[in-house]
Parts: sequence; C-alpha cells; structure tokens
Amino acid sequence: MEHWAPASAPATADIGPPPLSVVSRLVRDPKVVGASGFVLVLIVLAVAASLIAPKDPLAQNLLLADVPPAGFSGAEPGYLIGTDGLGRDVLSRVIFGTRVSLTVAFVAAGLACLIGSLLGLLAGYLGGWIDTLISRLVDIWMAFPPVLLSILLVAVLGAGLHSVITAIVVIDWTRFCRVIRTETMGQAQMDYVVAARTIGFARPAILFREIFPNVVPVLIALLTLEMGIAVVVEAILSFVGLSVSSDTPTWGGMIAEGRQLVHEAWWVLAAPLAALFATVVAFNQLGDGLARSLDPVLRR
Amino acid sequence: MSAPRLAIDALSAISLRDGGKPILRRVSLSVGRGEVHGLVGESGAGKSTIAKAVLGIIPAQVKVTSGAIGFEGRNLLSLSAKELRAVLGRDIALVPQDPATALNPSRRIDAQMTDGLRLKRGLSAREARVRAAALLEEVQIRDPERVLMSYPHQLSGGMRQRVLIAAAFGLEPKLVIADEPTTALDVTVQKQILRLIRALQERHGTSVLFVSHDLGVVAKVCDRLTVLYMGKVMEQGATAEVLAAPRHPYTRALLAANPRYDRPDTGLEPTPPEVVAALRAEIAAFDASAVEPRHG
Repeated sequence: MEHWAPASAPATADIGPPPLSVVSRLVRDPKVVGASGFVLVLIVLAVAASLIAPKDPLAQNLLLADVPPAGFSGAEPGYLIGTDGLGRDVLSRVIFGTRVSLTVAFVAAGLACLIGSLLGLLAGYLGGWIDTLISRLVDIWMAFPPVLLSILLVAVLGAGLHSVITAIVVIDWTRFCRVIRTETMGQAQMDYVVAARTIGFARPAILFREIFPNVVPVLIALLTLEMGIAVVVEAILSFVGLSVSSDTPTWGGMIAEGRQLVHEAWWVLAAPLAALFATVVAFNQLGDGLARSLDPVLRR
Repeated sequence: MSAPRLAIDALSAISLRDGGKPILRRVSLSVGRGEVHGLVGESGAGKSTIAKAVLGIIPAQVKVTSGAIGFEGRNLLSLSAKELRAVLGRDIALVPQDPATALNPSRRIDAQMTDGLRLKRGLSAREARVRAAALLEEVQIRDPERVLMSYPHQLSGGMRQRVLIAAAFGLEPKLVIADEPTTALDVTVQKQILRLIRALQERHGTSVLFVSHDLGVVAKVCDRLTVLYMGKVMEQGATAEVLAAPRHPYTRALLAANPRYDRPDTGLEPTPPEVVAALRAEIAAFDASAVEPRHG
C-alpha cells in the first residue's frame, strides 16, 4: 500500500470572508437600489396621490386649457407640467394614473405568477400525463395573438379594472408555466434531488425544499418583468378605451387624449409616456438585479 | 472469513436503447466486511451501472436481465421500492462523483447534513445539528460551525467533498458506494480525500465499493479490485497481487496507460490494437457461450 502520511493536516477552511446575507448583497447592487427606489416612489405616489397631487386631477378649467409646462412661454404658476385640452393638471393626472398602473402590475402579475408557476412546478416535477396535459394547454394558449385575445376578453367581460386584470392573468400565466416547468425539470435531474428521492423523502417535501428555492430567482425575475408587461398591457387597453372608465386618470387614457393634440400640446402625450417608460424600465432593471443577487450559483 | 457484505452474483444488464446491447456480462464480485473494493475500467465499462444497480437508480434505458445483488442476506433487486428506501441512506450510502452538483446550492450545509440524520437515524433537529458538527470535525474541517452556516458555493470543491463524505459516513452505513469520488478534484486534494475515506472506513469498519477509472487511485485505497471491460470482469484479486503481476492483458494495458512522473513520455498510448482485438474476441466468445446457461 502507498505511504499514508500520518494524521493528515487539517483542511484549511478556505471559505473566504463571511457570507453576505441576501439583503446586504441587494443593498450593494446599484441597479436594485435605483430601481426599487423608483418603484417605492411610485407606490408612495399611488397610495398618497390625493395628498401629493397639487390639483384635483378631474377639475376642468377651460380658461386654462393647453397651458404649457413651467419654463415655457405662457406657463401658469401651479401647473408644473401644464394642462390638457380641458384644463386639467397633467402632473396630478400622471400621479393619480400610478394607482391603476401599479394595481394592475402587482395584482395581475402576482396572480399570473401564482397560477403559472404552480402548474409549471407540477408539470415539471410530476411529468407523465399531467405534464403532457399542461404543456399542450400552454402550446394551444400561446398560439392565440395576445393583444387580440385581451381585447376580445375585455370586450366579453366588459370594461373595467377587474377585466383588465383577468385578461392579463388569463393570457400571461403561460409565460410562467413554461419557464418554471423547464427549470423544475432541470432541477429534478440534479444529484441532490435524486438522492433525496432515493432515501425516501416525500414528494411535496422534495418539491418545496430541494427544487422550489432554486427556481425562486427565475421566478422573481419573471415576476418583475411581468409587472412591466402588465403596465404596458393596461396602457394599451386604456388607450383603446377598454380599461377603467374615463373619469379615472390612467396613463394609457392620457396617451390617447394627448395623441389628438400632440401638435398643440405635446406635454399631454409626453408626460404619461415618460412615466410609463420609466416604470417599465425600473421593473425590468429590478428583475435583472434581483435575479442576479438571489441566484446562489452567481453569488460570489 | 464471514459472509461478504455485498455479493453481486452474475449480474447481467442490457441497454434497451441500443437494441439490447449487453452492458453487464455476468458480473460477480463481493465486498467483504471492512473491505475497500475497487471497481476499475474505462468509460462505458459498466462501473457506474453496477453502482447504480446497488442504489436502485438504474436508468430507464437499462434493464437488468439476470443475477442478484446480495446485501446482508437479501437480494436488493427483489426488494420493493419501499424496502429499498429503508436500506438506502441507512445501510448503504453514496459518496457522489461531482461535489458541485451533489449539494443543493440554495440550502445551507447544516440543513442538508441534518436531513439524512433526522430521517434515517431519527435524531431531533438539535441532536442532528450537534452530530453534523462532530462529523465535520471528523473529516478534519477546522471550523465546522462556519462550514455548517455556509452555502455550497462558498466552499471549495475539496471542502464540499469532505462534507459529502462526512454526510455519507455519518449515517453509519455498512456499505459506502464511492462513485469516482476524486475525479472532479485537483490532484493535491485527491490524495487528502482518499486518505480520509480510508481512515473513516477503517475507523468504522465500513465496506466500500470504490468506483474509479484511475488504477493509480485504486492502488492507493483498495484492498481488492475488479477490472471491468465492456461489462465483463477481466481480472479480480488483491490489489497488490493484481498490480504486481497482472494476469490479463487488459489489466497490463491499463497499467501501462497510467502516466508516470518518472517516465513522462511513455504510457500515453491508447490500448494496443492487438489487445483490443483479443478483448473483442474474448467478449464475442463469451456472448456466444452465454446463450446456454453456464455453470461454474
């Protein structure tokens, strides 16, 4: 036999600096900090809109119609980004518009995520006829053009916030289902899952303890991306007048109104467009940053 | 000597994918109590299939056609899934090949080490935690508490393999299947890990089935070895004897293929063609004769 060195040297605990907690890692990521800061501001604006908005978003004043933003000739004090064709304060309307956008973003994306990822987990883990059934359903579902389907759905369900949310959930659960199914299938092949199964842990325990945590980073990234998508879809439906009634300010509705007077009062179009754009970018950046920070394999 | 702990008897298996191509050809081997038994062969020789058959995780495209895997007087192949689960983890444990994929990246080491102890040894959460720390100390990890609180990616490959070895031996199994446990590691770490497996095995009297493609590694840890080629046993015997005087040409070819520091330019040749031809003829003759049930 080979020469065995006596009492082998203790292994050096070469594990580097103490592990950073997930929270402290997130705080160090400028993307996450910036984007979540922006989303936080949006939430505050939505919740406290009536306190923050300088004017009543519905109050018309035809004597002050099409007033340009501050700094332009003809600007009126108190109307920071001007007024629209009916003399309503654009800033206040944009602030109140966050309410609908954020409600849709959180509720619709959350529900789509819940339904889609639950079905995806089941399909990916159980396989067999359950997988076949769910996967075929997703295939058929995705064959429908989404915008057409959502307009059709809202037309059938009737306009309103509930319908918009339902339409987004009904259409977009498939995004989650498909990705989570694939992720789950990959996880189910991993040695630690095979080992847990071999020594006899129950299926639900394996699914939620061994598999689910490894799927969460992807799930969160998808969820935040979906929030951005939901905001856009709501804006589209508002734009074509199928979202909430026109006495509630929405970004999509404002864009529709602004489009008609873009030559006389461009700010009526530009302000909600900028808000929409910034919100979608923030959600996307947040998703990207969170996925990076939460993914244990990428943690260094 | 008492009855062997693991007795594989004339195990044959075919691949369902390749039109019934044999994967194992009446393989017999036994692992005695406290013995480290090396299973050597090139890729595709059937080493892993044997290890997987013992663990009851044979891939769907492989079918065992005959033979038995005797463990503690029972044939593992005839156990129900439930009976097998009771044996695995408790009496038979695995040290896996790749420490990078054997640990769940999103769970801390303490959670993963205590799982088996709680399920298979019936320890409470607190007892299992204490036991896990003691086990890490036994595999010479200096700061067990810190390792227990770490995630796998915070540990080096060698550390992860130590954790896995601790987890496997910590269940106090009678048999450990070590499936190429050092293949994914640096050469310097390899040696420490081999030493560790040998030390733990001797201390606990565990039997080990040590699967490897590396004769050099097998020579360092194994008491006896089995050389496998295309699913057929080529040579079997005490490690020292086989390595000193290999009887089978294939074993000689394998030995010659081992790179050596003192002869850096030799040994990197593939198996000589005449040896391969002779091997193929031998396998073909075996397959022809195996149609009739053989005795002896």
